[in-house]
Amino acid sequence: MTPTEKLATELMLKFGDSVLTQQQTADEVATFWVAKTHILPVLAYLKKESPEPFPLLYDLFALDERSRSDHKTYPSKDFTVVYHLLSFKRNQFIRLKIALKGEYPSAQTLTHLWPSASWYEREVYDMFGIRFEGHPHLQRILMPLTWQGHPLRKEHPARATEMGPFKLWDEKVDTEQDALQFKPEQWGLQRHSDDADFMFLNIGPQHPGTHGVLRIILQLDGEDIIDAVPDIGFHHRGAEKMGERQSWHTYIPYTDRIDYLGGVMNNLAYLLAVEKLAGIEVPDRVKVIRVMMCEFFRIASHLVWYGTFAQDLGQLSPVFYMFTDREKIFDIVEAITGGRMHPNWFRIGGVAQDLPNGWDKMVAEFIAYFPKRLKEYHNMVMRNSIFKARTVGIGIYTLEEAIEWGVTGPGLRACGLEWDMRKKQPYSGYENFEFDIPIAQNGDCYDRAVVREQEMIQSLRIIEQCLKHMPEGPYKSDNSHATPPLKKNTMQDIETLINHFLNVSWGPVIPKGEAMSCIEATKGWNSYYMVSDGNTSPYRSRIRTPSFPHMQMLPYISKGYTVADLLSILGSMDYVLADIDR
Amino acid sequence: MSETLNYWLVIVGILFVLLNIAAFLIWVERRMLALWQDRLGPNRAGPFGLLIILADTLKLFFKEDWIPPFADRHVFVIAPAVIVISVLLSFAIIPFAPAIQIVDLNIGLLFFLGMSSLGVYSIVLGGWASNNKYSLLGALRGASQMISYEVFMGLSLMGVVMLSGSFSLRTIVEAQKDYWFVLLQPVGFVIFFIAGIAETHRLPFDIPEAESELVAGFHSEYSGMKFGMFFIGEYLGITLISSITVALFFGGWLGPAFLPPLAWFAIKTAGFILFFILLRASLPRPRYDQLMEYGWKILLPLTLLNLLVTGGIILFLNQP
Repeated sequence: MTPTEKLATELMLKFGDSVLTQQQTADEVATFWVAKTHILPVLAYLKKESPEPFPLLYDLFALDERSRSDHKTYPSKDFTVVYHLLSFKRNQFIRLKIALKGEYPSAQTLTHLWPSASWYEREVYDMFGIRFEGHPHLQRILMPLTWQGHPLRKEHPARATEMGPFKLWDEKVDTEQDALQFKPEQWGLQRHSDDADFMFLNIGPQHPGTHGVLRIILQLDGEDIIDAVPDIGFHHRGAEKMGERQSWHTYIPYTDRIDYLGGVMNNLAYLLAVEKLAGIEVPDRVKVIRVMMCEFFRIASHLVWYGTFAQDLGQLSPVFYMFTDREKIFDIVEAITGGRMHPNWFRIGGVAQDLPNGWDKMVAEFIAYFPKRLKEYHNMVMRNSIFKARTVGIGIYTLEEAIEWGVTGPGLRACGLEWDMRKKQPYSGYENFEFDIPIAQNGDCYDRAVVREQEMIQSLRIIEQCLKHMPEGPYKSDNSHATPPLKKNTMQDIETLINHFLNVSWGPVIPKGEAMSCIEATKGWNSYYMVSDGNTSPYRSRIRTPSFPHMQMLPYISKGYTVADLLSILGSMDYVLADIDR
Repeated sequence: MSETLNYWLVIVGILFVLLNIAAFLIWVERRMLALWQDRLGPNRAGPFGLLIILADTLKLFFKEDWIPPFADRHVFVIAPAVIVISVLLSFAIIPFAPAIQIVDLNIGLLFFLGMSSLGVYSIVLGGWASNNKYSLLGALRGASQMISYEVFMGLSLMGVVMLSGSFSLRTIVEAQKDYWFVLLQPVGFVIFFIAGIAETHRLPFDIPEAESELVAGFHSEYSGMKFGMFFIGEYLGITLISSITVALFFGGWLGPAFLPPLAWFAIKTAGFILFFILLRASLPRPRYDQLMEYGWKILLPLTLLNLLVTGGIILFLNQP
């Protein structure tokens, strides 16, 4: 009995098939349609009562089904809300869907089951206009409060040219500015306590400590944080909406810019989902090349985090040394891909080119060079007593809290859980590599730093194994869906010829279905949930990014600390705004 | 007549040199930081990028003289002047060389401590008058930091006063003919220097301006030459603390005869200024409450102990 069948039996026994209907998907994640009225009991059962529970709300999003070819077939729906849960015990995802009818339907809120559902539900409301009954603060989250319409609905224009010219007259400036004014009462915050008046400090969206256009409003008593309200969306570019009008191939460069420090790692998350949909098996050489490039970007991203974290705490120099090292990584990336931060280099079914001559020499040089630098940084930053005083015991959360709030990646491993997607659910051939999962126990800012620091050493180990065991073979799958297909097949193989013609004239056509990938990205788990309607562009592309739930947790973990500690907490969180807002 | 002229020449000369040093330090700091951080720093304008000083100064002068509409105008204007004036006045008592000193007050050290206390007003008033929350937080941090560190800044110097038996800096320097006071007062020196860093609010004690937390702290709203005054005030402050340290603990102008006394003074002072910059390149910033705890719980008892031991030894040695 497969895990999916086991899960299906368990749920059917508990709830019966009037409530649940199983659905087959390309990614083989156990998927069930749940009757709208029963979703809360089912979720509560999965979270609390099931013998092997699903404690992590991994993702929550919606689809506008109204233009989809099969939206009339069972279950008939206009909108779908999708829940992804993860069970650590089973090492398994589950996907639950509810079908909603009507133009502006509503569903029940999950916020009392999972606090992390709050932002996800606000996002669904913002993007689709679906209301969640009982949500404590259902308000737009990514779009401006003054926005008209809900962008991910199919009738909402995707291009500025479809919307008429943009005009900003004086009254509109006033309205927009008024909407940005923070009104504590709206958030249920008090202006006074019994013995003090609180100060509301607006940090950002332009502030040297926020690493991007993030706005945080602090409720302060002196310098102590009573509460914090993060305001996100200033970096929102509608990456999910863009997916719906780009071809499967031309969407790749947009993914580069989601976690903009992760480079090709974003390509990988997207392509794993697409390749599952298209049924493409990539050659070994491609897998190893992809792993190597991803690990280079992991190191590059961690170096940026390392340097800026130290800088947030007032240490000015490390960031310069670390950017110099990052530059060495970019030299290699440039030699291999021609690009630097956003190489847009992976392709459906392979990579853009084969590795250039002499790549191995550059990689070997870096492997020889980097460890002693890391040692130096360890002495400079991690062993510095002021650095320790600023980070040890600050921003603590326990493993239970981390799971409750949807924390993934190094932030989760700093609480003592040895869970790395590269080991637990290996993708792209990670099962063939030897590496350790660094963990730490206390879940404070310092431990999150320890985990990331150790990860760089492990990434280097993986790169070394890639260098030693790089397989020979093609750099692209000979599957006819590979984009663009192998040149030598285009004139020989009729399937490839047809697909090549389609690719060039329309863009690749990916078979109907839906699939999700999940990778261990630089900041946590990154997923692309791609829905194909058998067309040249995705019907819906959902991007689950790690920084989004991490930022949601900020008020919870920063209460009671000071303004200076907030910077430690933000720094140790390692987010980028593009990853939060998409 | 010629004596009065000479007197005025010394004053004008010192003022001229000091202001130039403060401006020159902009370049020194940026180049030294760059050196320690594996980068180039400003190296384009003029030889070794030296003309950056001119460019920076001109830029500051020609910036719009902006006072935010919500600020308290008069206080806002006075605040930056306070720090420059109080630091410049402190220089009056410094013996740069046997013949170069504006005034040898018999309460020289007390005058210096008094003037450096006045510097606090600059930060408090500037932050308060800006009417900005970040400035206010910076000003409050600055005020409490400087007031607490002044307590044992003064106390840490008393060891030197006991040894030389005088508050006059000239007498103190001359008392170091045989050996520098740093040998007799190592603890006093370390504590005074730490307090000096806190007094000039330089990294690691730049908590009033902590750019990653408070944007620019108490001077967030300042621009143009008003900001320039804070800027110059900071560099003058570094120079002042360095020269006082040299005069009190490192024998002032004293040194082997192959160099003139003034050169010895300048070399020693430059060393400390570079140390200030090195600190900025290497250390992170403690949290505000940690700084206060460090001051009151560690440095203050240590200072008192130092005072007690020094006094005890002097009494023991001097008993008939």
